[in-house]
Amino acid sequence: MSRLTDELKQGLDAPICLTWELTYGCNLACIHCLSSSGRRDPRELSTVEAKRVIDELRAMQVFYVNIGGGEPTIRSDFYELVDYAVGNGVGVKFSTNGSTINSERARRLAATDYLDVQISIDGATAATNDAVRGDGSYAMARQAMDHLAAANFGPFKISVVITRHNLAELDALQALADGYGAQLRLTRLRPSGRGADTWDELHPTADQQIELYHWLLDHPNTLTGDSFFHLSALGEALPGLNLCGAGRVVCLIDPVGDVYACPFVLHPEFRAGSVRDPGGFTHVWRGSDLFRSLREPESAGACASCGSYDACQGGCMAAKFFTGLPLDGPDPECVKGHGELALVGATAAPSVPRGPDHSVPVRLSRRRVS
Amino acid sequence: MRGLLTGAWELDPQVALRPEPFGALAYHYGNRRLTFLRSSDLVDLVRSLGDHASVDDALAASAIAADKWPSYERALESLAGSEVIRPR
Repeated sequence: MSRLTDELKQGLDAPICLTWELTYGCNLACIHCLSSSGRRDPRELSTVEAKRVIDELRAMQVFYVNIGGGEPTIRSDFYELVDYAVGNGVGVKFSTNGSTINSERARRLAATDYLDVQISIDGATAATNDAVRGDGSYAMARQAMDHLAAANFGPFKISVVITRHNLAELDALQALADGYGAQLRLTRLRPSGRGADTWDELHPTADQQIELYHWLLDHPNTLTGDSFFHLSALGEALPGLNLCGAGRVVCLIDPVGDVYACPFVLHPEFRAGSVRDPGGFTHVWRGSDLFRSLREPESAGACASCGSYDACQGGCMAAKFFTGLPLDGPDPECVKGHGELALVGATAAPSVPRGPDHSVPVRLSRRRVS
Repeated sequence: MRGLLTGAWELDPQVALRPEPFGALAYHYGNRRLTFLRSSDLVDLVRSLGDHASVDDALAASAIAADKWPSYERALESLAGSEVIRPR
């Protein structure tokens, strides 16, 4: 561990960046949605409250926020908030399914500085993508990409959650990004939100994880949000910080202002407080008991005897929690196979813990990829 | 002249520095890249570049011991690559 990594694990006075989900409302119903989004929550932060959060982020010198949801652009004040953040030196990267990016909107986005747009797709073909994100969602995302390219937005990002079914399409996804002059961003599927129901059938196989590891080493400029650090136990470390930043250098603000340790742990156990509490976000970040405990030196627990612990750090807290594994043991996708063994024991657990659920009552079709 | 960085340099005006226990976080609003400056001496050096006619002059005026200058020059070269500093 370098001195830098050690200091980051002890937490910073302000997050390096954070994820802010502006709404649980969404016109899609992706079967792996980490926030179980669908219906808007009547307690969503108001425009004034959201601007107050941005004022705090500016004061803390948080350089940028990753805005998501739900589908954030369905908020009528979405662009007002984006402009307010950018105008206050808080850069914005927002994730969207593309449904609201028409040609006029694309031109306005292209004219805004310090703004990144990230379009989500989960496959290089409509068949692969739509099985996860719903019928028509691939065409919708591609149309948004076409509009951004036509408006000369520049290198927007194409964001893909890696699954068992799209892993074979990595080269095709890279070619798609290259064709648009876009950057490919790959992130790890977590068993969070509705992902808890679909993780078993969607998460990459052990062989696919090895394939992904080598692909990432061969494509070091791929953006990953450092989400695959558990793969570093396979050998050479992947580019990036290779540590869990939850509550230490990153966190999540949800649509109603609750602050969680990371985007993948929307559950009362990982709720640090609310931006609506006295002292606001700053107080939650600096003073919450949860975040203080996450910044304490951690125990390697059951992983202590494994020679790869320094490389993988025991993997992802969220992946363990939502599969019912102890937090001081192996990741369910441990590349040494320790997680699979642990999961056999965990299946006896009465139920997997669940967090807030805003799923719409009737889901879109859930076609399986054959 | 030693090192690769000739002439006068400065902190890129699109870069913000946030002081941290390990040095500083640098964020470039243009290319949106985040860079870690891993020592407070390096942070002071980067901030002072604009006041000097060359990297050598800035190093000579700094508190950094002469035998460490080559490693700081390499750090500055890396920061030039990520556009944290720019020629002026």
